[in-house]
Amino acid sequence: MSQPSSELMIEARAVEKWYPNGFQALRGANLTVRRGEVVVIMGPSGSGKSTFIRTFNALEDFQKGSITVDGIVLSNDLRNIDAVRREVGMVFQQFNLFPHLSVLDNLTLAPVLVRKRPKAEVEQQAWALLERVGIAEQAGKYPGQLSGGQQQRVAIARALCMEPRILLFDEPTSSLDPEMVREVLEVMQNLAAEEITMVVVTHEVKFARHVAHRVVLMADGEVVEEAEPEVFFTNPSHQRTRRFLDQIL
Amino acid sequence: MKHLLRRLRAELFATRADAALSLVLISLISLGAIGFLRWAFTQAQWAVVKVNSTLFAVGRYPVEQQWRLWLLTALLIAASGATWGLIRAHPRPDRTGVLWPRNDRLAVVLLSLIALALPLALDLSLAIAGRWWGLTVLLVVCRWLAGRFGARLSPAGQRLAALVWPVLYLVGMVLISGGLGLVTVSPSEWGGLMLTLLASSFAILLCFPIGVLLALGRRSDLPLLRWGSVLYIEFIRGAPLITLLFLGQNILGFLLPGGLAPDRIWRAAWVLTFFAAAYLAEAVRSGLAAVPRGQLEAARSLGLSYPKALQHVVLPQALRVALPAIVGQFISLLQDTTLLSLIGLLELLGTARTVMANPAFLGRNGEVYLTLALLFWGCCAALGLGSRALERRLDPHALPSAT
Ligand SMILES: Nc1ncnc2c1ncn2[C@@H]1O[C@H](COP(=O)(O)OP(=O)(O)OP(=O)(O)O)[C@@H](O)[C@H]1O
Ligand SMILES: [Mg+2]
Repeated sequence: MSQPSSELMIEARAVEKWYPNGFQALRGANLTVRRGEVVVIMGPSGSGKSTFIRTFNALEDFQKGSITVDGIVLSNDLRNIDAVRREVGMVFQQFNLFPHLSVLDNLTLAPVLVRKRPKAEVEQQAWALLERVGIAEQAGKYPGQLSGGQQQRVAIARALCMEPRILLFDEPTSSLDPEMVREVLEVMQNLAAEEITMVVVTHEVKFARHVAHRVVLMADGEVVEEAEPEVFFTNPSHQRTRRFLDQIL
Repeated sequence: MKHLLRRLRAELFATRADAALSLVLISLISLGAIGFLRWAFTQAQWAVVKVNSTLFAVGRYPVEQQWRLWLLTALLIAASGATWGLIRAHPRPDRTGVLWPRNDRLAVVLLSLIALALPLALDLSLAIAGRWWGLTVLLVVCRWLAGRFGARLSPAGQRLAALVWPVLYLVGMVLISGGLGLVTVSPSEWGGLMLTLLASSFAILLCFPIGVLLALGRRSDLPLLRWGSVLYIEFIRGAPLITLLFLGQNILGFLLPGGLAPDRIWRAAWVLTFFAAAYLAEAVRSGLAAVPRGQLEAARSLGLSYPKALQHVVLPQALRVALPAIVGQFISLLQDTTLLSLIGLLELLGTARTVMANPAFLGRNGEVYLTLALLFWGCCAALGLGSRALERRLDPHALPSAT
């Protein structure tokens, strides 16, 4: 496991968010993530995990507090938002592959359009990435022709093709059949061994235990507990965490 | 043969009730068919169609300028053949190696047979029939050439090749109306099938971008844009086309800058465009609604700007879903052009009415209307076939899934 440096990649301070219907989903959530670190976020359904990590790449806005990502202060400035999204990749629960594009084109679309890189060069990189997640032979197929596990691995490769410095995962294995969960977790585990910073919302205890540097519990729009995996799972300091662990373990 | 009989028996005469129903239907159909054929071959006098075939085709377009229309037809056919061949030469990435639809060859053969037989059946003069045969050969040759050598075309070259169509449209405009050294033929001399196709293609081409913009406007976050689009769409959809056509003849001259609406024909074409755009917007909207939110989010999280995400991710999927509805709109637009005859334009129906008003052809309405119906049916069938081929080419997996 690589050791995180002390450089801050994500710094979220007292973030508060209200949805347009008036519901407050974040109530002063705090989190810092250092470069190269793997942070797992756990918590009961509806506690605001998705909302929180989606603020990190400006898919959701927030009303109070501050978020700095890789030195960029998130504000409503559009240029800022584009800059952040180029640095931060995201993997969704529902994969969200582009069904009208072949697997290879799913990977090359953004680098060619956004980074303006030559298509041939990007394709080469895309092949290498598909190789790495173990589905190079499917490059010509369409997402609808792949299994869920394969689709999620393509989605990871697609995010990597933009060469992000941070990868966000929102329950990447929750809509997969059990036998496919492992292949995706393996890919993620290999990633974790590299430079890249990862924030992962997941209920996979084994992944959190063995891969994460830190595990975080969210409840009611706040970060309640923050500890190393060993401590988090065996000796958490908060009652709320114990109750949560009792439910899932 | 035995197999066929057994199958017929299984499908039509399985039970007693089935058999009775089948017999009744078969005799009804035969009666109708026999009656129709008797009429078509003994009573009908097709001279009215033969004599007026040029009138039906191009109206009162000056004879000595008609070579321009032949040239345009030849260009269009060459471009169609080349496009057809190019599509053949570039199968979908996951289908390389699979023979492109076998019925594609069948289509060529059928088309050639029709092109060979139709001029003979219509008893056209040899000069004219010869031209049609020449055009058929042109189509087949262009398709073959493009299919043979098109595979070597780079993606950039393909995009360039697609540009042929808009260029051809402009060339066609010049060929039809004159200018640039050609004698001007004023719109009042256009007519027949040519005018029908001109008005409908103009409206189809322009209503498409307008309709897409309206559909996007209807989903916009900007209240002014949203309400403007809604108002426009609902106003147009609430008014019958014929009233809009009359309205257009009266007020469009004020609304559009002078150069754009000088003639009745163009005014009518603009009204058709604006009318169709409202319906198209609704078709596109249903397509947009079918694309899951996650698609836009995924595109945005990859750094695509909103317009780029729309262009490359959301719209291709939405239009794929909306394609059948859109083509349905185009087909009804084509048929709606018959209303132009009510504002005094001599498109197909208008031409037909002048022909039937001629005492020499008194009582020949059946023949004329049947010809019109067949012409329209041919155009609509072509649109429908094209759209189905496009649908099949765009992947079935390309449909947005519900997840
Ligand atoms: N668009 C929205 N409008 C209003 N409320 C919302 C919206 N999206 C989420 N919420 C609410 O915000 C709260 C937090 O939602 P969020 O999706 O962040 O939870 P989560 O921790 O990711 O839950 P899960 O484990 O079910 O994914 C929930 O109570 C949810 O009902
Ligand atoms: Mg969630």
